[in-house]
Amino acid sequence: MSTSEWPLWEVFVRSRRGLSHTHAGSLHAPDAEMALRNARDLYTRRNEGVSIWVVPSAAVTASSPDERDPFFAPSADKPYRHPTFYEIPEGVRHL
Amino acid sequence: MTTTVDKAAALALGDDALVLAQRLGEWAGHAPVLEEEVALANIALDLLGQARVLLSLAGDEDELAFLREEREFRNLQLVEQANGDFAHTIARQLYFSVYQQLLYGELAAGDGPFAPLAAKAVKETAYHRDHAEQWTLRLGDGTDESRRRVQAGLAALWKFTGEMFRPVEGLDLDAEAMAALEARWLAAVTAVVEKAGLTLPEGPRTGAWTAGAGRQGLHTEPFGRMLAEMQHLHRSHPGASW
Repeated sequence: MSTSEWPLWEVFVRSRRGLSHTHAGSLHAPDAEMALRNARDLYTRRNEGVSIWVVPSAAVTASSPDERDPFFAPSADKPYRHPTFYEIPEGVRHL
Repeated sequence: MTTTVDKAAALALGDDALVLAQRLGEWAGHAPVLEEEVALANIALDLLGQARVLLSLAGDEDELAFLREEREFRNLQLVEQANGDFAHTIARQLYFSVYQQLLYGELAAGDGPFAPLAAKAVKETAYHRDHAEQWTLRLGDGTDESRRRVQAGLAALWKFTGEMFRPVEGLDLDAEAMAALEARWLAAVTAVVEKAGLTLPEGPRTGAWTAGAGRQGLHTEPFGRMLAEMQHLHRSHPGASW
């Protein structure tokens, strides 16, 4: 039994009601049920959470570092995409 | 109903928790995978927490843990058995955690002096039981080797399971109540074992030499070595702190 035979899982923990689940880390486990239990032991033993999601890491589609520029670069030179680009007209109230 | 805690009972339950915590702690650095090492250490720490509360009711927790001789310990022989392989440890966990959860459930439901403590501990023991059951199912339903190993663990520890259901001195659970507990334990363990595709061991669950022996201070050979490891630091450096 070695870790390399077990799939990797991504762990998401919701710390309080009303907040969304946040990525806490990853772990190895033979199946989803055990992943949930391992996540409980690894990430929520100090009252960090009220809910846990585990997702097979293989099911996560991630953007590739090679595609960083086409994905993220163009937005920086288009300042009009940010609300701060626009001047607030005089006389507009409640904005 | 008793209003004061019986020290003999606190000692018996506290020693069960302390000794099993020590055994599970031995897995640190040796567990098959990192995740499982953390799981076993967590269970050990839960038990250590229970032991501290219970031993403090019986006297000074450090003196009781580190300065008693083997014959003064009142734990079940089951919990002092060596870890063996991982499957052997899981078999021990299954037998004990089901028992502990049923026992603490009974104590929590009553109005005796252990009720508040048991009410808190029963949540922890529910998780210990779940952990043992999940692993029993996976080992039983895993490979030929995992099935063989967990079956061997269940068989080797079977003869220590009868002792759990002898009435504990100082607890409000008489022989009849313990017999009822035993029936529930047997049903629960049988269900898990069968679901895992394993067979319940045969043979006596208690004998002339195991019947209530641990509770009277008679322990098995592995216990002395475990105790030496647990106590040597405190005995070598009395009063040391960090």
